[in-house]
Amino acid sequence: MPRLVFHPEEVKIISRRFGQGAADIDKYIALDGYKAVQTAIEKGVDWIIAEMKASGLRGRGGAGFPTGMKWSFVPKQSERPKYVLVNGDESEPGTCKDHVIFLHDPHAVIEGTMIAGLAIGSKMGFIYLRGEYRYLLKIMEKAVADAYAKGFLGKNIFGSGIDFDIVTQTGAGAYEVGEESALMESLEGKRGVPRIKPPFPAVVGLYGGPTVINNAETIASVPHILLMGGEAYAKVGSERNGGTRLFGISGHVVNPGVYELPMGYNLKKAIYEVGGGISNGRKLKAVVPGGSSTPVLTADEIDVGLDFDQMGKAGTMLGSGGIVVIDDQTCMVEFALRTIKFYQHESCGWCIPCREGTDWLKKTIGRVHAGGGVAKDLDNIRYLAENMLGRTFCPLGDAAAMPTIGFIKKFRHEFEDHLNGKPCPYAHAEEPALV
Amino acid sequence: MADVTFTVDGKKLTAPAGTLLIDACKNAGIEIPAFCYYPNLSLQAACRMCVVRIEKMPKLQTACTTPVAEGMVVQSETDEIKQARKATIELLLGNHPLDCPVCDAGGECELQDMTFKYGAAESKYIEIKQHREEQQWSPVVYFDRPRCILCYRCVRVCGEGMDVWALGVENRGVSSVIAPNGQDHLNCEECGMCIDLCPVGALTSGTYRYKTRPWEMNHVATICTHCGDGCKTTLGVRSVNDGVEIIRGDNRDKSGINGDFLCNKGRYGFDFANRTDRLTKPLVRQADGKFAEVSWDKALDFAAKKLREIREAKGGQAIGVIGSNRTTNEENYLLQKFARTILGTNNIDHHRTADYVSFASALNGKSGRTAGLRDTTSAPAILLLGNNPTDQHPALAWNLRSNVRLNRSRLYVANHAEIKLRRQAKSFLQIPQDGYASLIQYLGGNDGAIAADDNTTAFRDAIRKEESLLIVFGSEYRGRDIQALVEFGLSLPNTKFAALGDYANSRGAADMGLLPDLLPGYVPVNDAAHFVDEYGATLPTTAGLDLLQMFDAARNGDLAALYVVGSNPVSRYGVDPSALKNTFLVVQDMFLTETAQLADVVFPAANLYEKAGTVTNTYGDIQLVKKAADKAGVRTDFELIVRLADRMGADPKKLVPFGRGSFADMGQTRGAQSGEADRHAVWLAANHLEPKLSPFDPFATLDEIQRLVPSYHVSRLELLTGSEQPEKFDLVQIQPAASRRDLVLPAEDTLFTSGTLGRYSGMLKDIVESHTTPNPAETAAD
Amino acid sequence: MSTSATTIFSPETAARFDRLVTLYPVKRSALIPMLLYAQDEIGYISDAVVVEIAQRIGISELDVRSVLSYYSMLRTKPVGKYNVQVCTNISCMLRDGYGIMEHCKKRLGIGHKEVTSDGLFSLEEVECIGACCWAPAVQINYDFYDDLTTEKMDQILDDYKAGRGKETV
Repeated sequence: MPRLVFHPEEVKIISRRFGQGAADIDKYIALDGYKAVQTAIEKGVDWIIAEMKASGLRGRGGAGFPTGMKWSFVPKQSERPKYVLVNGDESEPGTCKDHVIFLHDPHAVIEGTMIAGLAIGSKMGFIYLRGEYRYLLKIMEKAVADAYAKGFLGKNIFGSGIDFDIVTQTGAGAYEVGEESALMESLEGKRGVPRIKPPFPAVVGLYGGPTVINNAETIASVPHILLMGGEAYAKVGSERNGGTRLFGISGHVVNPGVYELPMGYNLKKAIYEVGGGISNGRKLKAVVPGGSSTPVLTADEIDVGLDFDQMGKAGTMLGSGGIVVIDDQTCMVEFALRTIKFYQHESCGWCIPCREGTDWLKKTIGRVHAGGGVAKDLDNIRYLAENMLGRTFCPLGDAAAMPTIGFIKKFRHEFEDHLNGKPCPYAHAEEPALV
Repeated sequence: MADVTFTVDGKKLTAPAGTLLIDACKNAGIEIPAFCYYPNLSLQAACRMCVVRIEKMPKLQTACTTPVAEGMVVQSETDEIKQARKATIELLLGNHPLDCPVCDAGGECELQDMTFKYGAAESKYIEIKQHREEQQWSPVVYFDRPRCILCYRCVRVCGEGMDVWALGVENRGVSSVIAPNGQDHLNCEECGMCIDLCPVGALTSGTYRYKTRPWEMNHVATICTHCGDGCKTTLGVRSVNDGVEIIRGDNRDKSGINGDFLCNKGRYGFDFANRTDRLTKPLVRQADGKFAEVSWDKALDFAAKKLREIREAKGGQAIGVIGSNRTTNEENYLLQKFARTILGTNNIDHHRTADYVSFASALNGKSGRTAGLRDTTSAPAILLLGNNPTDQHPALAWNLRSNVRLNRSRLYVANHAEIKLRRQAKSFLQIPQDGYASLIQYLGGNDGAIAADDNTTAFRDAIRKEESLLIVFGSEYRGRDIQALVEFGLSLPNTKFAALGDYANSRGAADMGLLPDLLPGYVPVNDAAHFVDEYGATLPTTAGLDLLQMFDAARNGDLAALYVVGSNPVSRYGVDPSALKNTFLVVQDMFLTETAQLADVVFPAANLYEKAGTVTNTYGDIQLVKKAADKAGVRTDFELIVRLADRMGADPKKLVPFGRGSFADMGQTRGAQSGEADRHAVWLAANHLEPKLSPFDPFATLDEIQRLVPSYHVSRLELLTGSEQPEKFDLVQIQPAASRRDLVLPAEDTLFTSGTLGRYSGMLKDIVESHTTPNPAETAAD
Repeated sequence: MSTSATTIFSPETAARFDRLVTLYPVKRSALIPMLLYAQDEIGYISDAVVVEIAQRIGISELDVRSVLSYYSMLRTKPVGKYNVQVCTNISCMLRDGYGIMEHCKKRLGIGHKEVTSDGLFSLEEVECIGACCWAPAVQINYDFYDDLTTEKMDQILDDYKAGRGKETV
């Protein structure tokens, strides 16, 4: 069972029920559960959207699109049914925040889904978890069943005259399904290959109906925002970055864990204070600040606020909030290899630049790490990645290209140290298996 | 949709709003490369080759998914774009086997062309390429995995285009692979469309693979010899010791009536022409009852002498003639002229597969009521009665599917069987096998004609609401039923009709008067005035024996001679061989068929791919047939008829009006030297002039046909340039006959059979054998 | 298809499938959950599973294979009773995920995607399993084990061997 962590610097909004047994519906109700949805019913659609817009909440999946605006794009009238889709296909390496939400506060996800449904006029929501989260699915299934048993879901919710149903399911192992249109394909029982956009999901989504798709953390934030008020929530964060976020600090820190910190919180402080600093008394070499797809920062570049805009200015991205801390005994070539190996494994194969590009990057970086590199490989790695960037069918190609460009730009010397048959200077006892 | 104006590479262009940028550019002569994009298939945006720069967009955009918009400014070929395309090709070439020197697609490969264009020549990787063994998926489909660039054209054309869905994608990422529905083999219609659309050599054809290089063939576009749809097939031919052999059939430039489509027979069913057991020497039955190969002179003299003797002794009524559904219009015309003017008989018929006579008489000269094959791609509403086009008219089936898919055309299907096209139908009505006539009564308003229910009512109501309807009917309708059907159709506001018959020129056989009671153009034999004028000969004026009556007559000893051209009635009608034992039988054919085996004289004949002329498909589209192949020792049916006539003492010039009404240029205009005849012929052909200096020139006969048959008054220019010309069926004006005997015998070919001819195709035989043990999946897939 | 005598699944699973296809606006949406539950019961996606699921949903077997081969958790060959999935992705790698993998290899005597001769264990190096902050982590079938050391790993494997392991399905 994932261990819960606490730190005084945290601002507990979304995590405020963690560790308090809120998976139990009565406990959840006792902790102000299902109040937000009732208020939402009472105050109506315009109020919900206004509060959401005021909150400055931006999508927690990684793209950071303002949630209130996303909801307002859904046409009011639609011939086809509208749907709410909760993206719990959390798969970005370095990210395990949704994991703790499903575990500790499943009803918040349900309640958030209901509110999103009210906001767009949908009668059906889907909560899609990654396939590995079977035990969390069981928690979600129980929570949904309990909500039905209480009459919170189903016909005429809270006497509103509105019906709302929720179906939960998991995927079966595919990072790509985290992409919103690929998730819809998967939910329709197909290969998780993204769709051509436009049309965007808000207009033509699941089963061809207008669909709002939000990350699980985004959805779980919704009831809290309505309870505390959009403006109050916005104030917690930084400019244009409302509220708090669950940051997962992992890797070489003393106290890894999922912490709720206000948007804009300083990355250096997050590592050294919240995370307790670098483990084993070593020094910091690099940080991958927002999941494996975000470009690496060197130890000198981490005095930066954790929000979408400041991270962008720093040449990287806030991403999914998974901060991966790397110490000075780590081989960056091996790290780059492990990263690209992931993207090669997860590329859906649909488009040429991603399918072939990730494979050639993996092969080339793998060969360099194994000591078989030649000088032109280093330029070629960069050439490959730069020619994938912005050219692929969906963002997975960028997710593979961006970190690779970061590694080869900022740590080229480490790649050079591997050339011409030289063994890895940071040789581990066991070489990573290249699968 | 309204037009929008946009700019590509500085050129102002206009196109209807919603047009895809890639198509709009193509129409303006700006080529944007693409592997995955294929017109009229669903969009993929997978290959990323069509990326272009659109102003105000942060990234390069795919032209295949971008509709043009007012004021859009596009760059299609900047350095940035070239680099993007080059990088994509480099990635593909990383693992693509560079076996171009032996690859079937070499020289016709889109990847090769793009590599040449974008110069992706540098080898960036030193890793070993992943080799996979080639797989055979069916008698005609082979898959070479490393060559595949995953453009998904094959998957889409099989599913969306063919409604077969036999190909899919398995695995993920770099392991993704095109997979057949039978795991290691295909259960499909063997149409070969997947091979056709494959931009590289990943899918190759069982008949062609590793046979030659594309540039070593000559490519001759002609009309398929099999079903009645009349598709263009381009034959790749090569000189060999005994002539010119066909190596490949394909839909090379998609310029035919069939658009993107060609079925397995059009692609692979040419191999009969190359068989070693083809007849190449005339055979004459000897006193010992056995055939002996004899010289052409001997054989022709013998046959002509016998025929003349019989004519003189017993009169023309003792001689019968059976023509073919696969010979040209000119040959059919010539055969009836030969029968009527030289043999002096109206005993002439052919294997009828549809009742075109009743169709003509039902329409009785109404104009604008017949539909060509192309009309089936665009008609807003189509009623399909009877037939199973998926098997019997594959191009029609393709058109109907495409029309529903792309134009949301409304297809109504009534059939006694659950034919596959019901899946595209807006409404499907299953009726009893003998219920086709009653259905028309019901549609016309007789509620009691069939067991009506909500479904039948809805079916009828929907049809009657259509403002423009195309009725396509099978040979289930004959005689009076056609009359009733046409009457019903004409009661609707704007109806066209198409009658479905089998084989390449069965419509032409009827049009050209291979009938005992009708001359070319459906002119009754007792009303032959202008034929008499033209022929300068008297014609028999009473109707002759039809095909079945001829065999009855033979059985009764009343048919002294029978001349069979390109037909196998003995097998088709199950004629007892003893019936012909007292009949002098002359047969022209490629093979020693059941009929030829009974003959006294057999002449080795050329097939449709070895001759020139015209054919008319079942929809009345007249098309040019070009000579592609050649076989030493065989003669065209046209030549054989002329030679027989000549040996019988007739004047060939009267039979074939060569040298008459032509504008032959003998080279005077360009000072031709002697010995340039061959080149001169090329020049004439290039200028669409015809020398018509030979009695074997079919176009001299076409002249005569056009003089005598008004419905064939079509543009010769268009015909010769390869366009189909709709027969002017409104110029056929015949009164409904009181009653004609129903002699229609549908061929009932499947996708993989083609009458007697099909039995001589090794490839079709292989396909049939590979399909004889259907597995459950195949059954489920229909 | 209702729970028919011809099903290859247990009555419980067949009943679950009957229900699953009714949950969604289209039957096909049930495909991926069905494949997972079928795999849980049969051990892998056999040809018979493909045939039955294709029939239940009304799609072709090719469609089923096309989908199942896309998802990395679905397999067409049997694995051990306990499938040990060791994450070696970045967060786990930094905290000795490869060490755990190597340890498992030695301890079980098998390599990546291999099965022990007694059929009890199989081993697989997997991509991120969403336990980054509790790295290194391993999943045995559906159960997570985190903050691992080689000693803890031994204990866990011992527990499974002795039939004391968790078995969430």
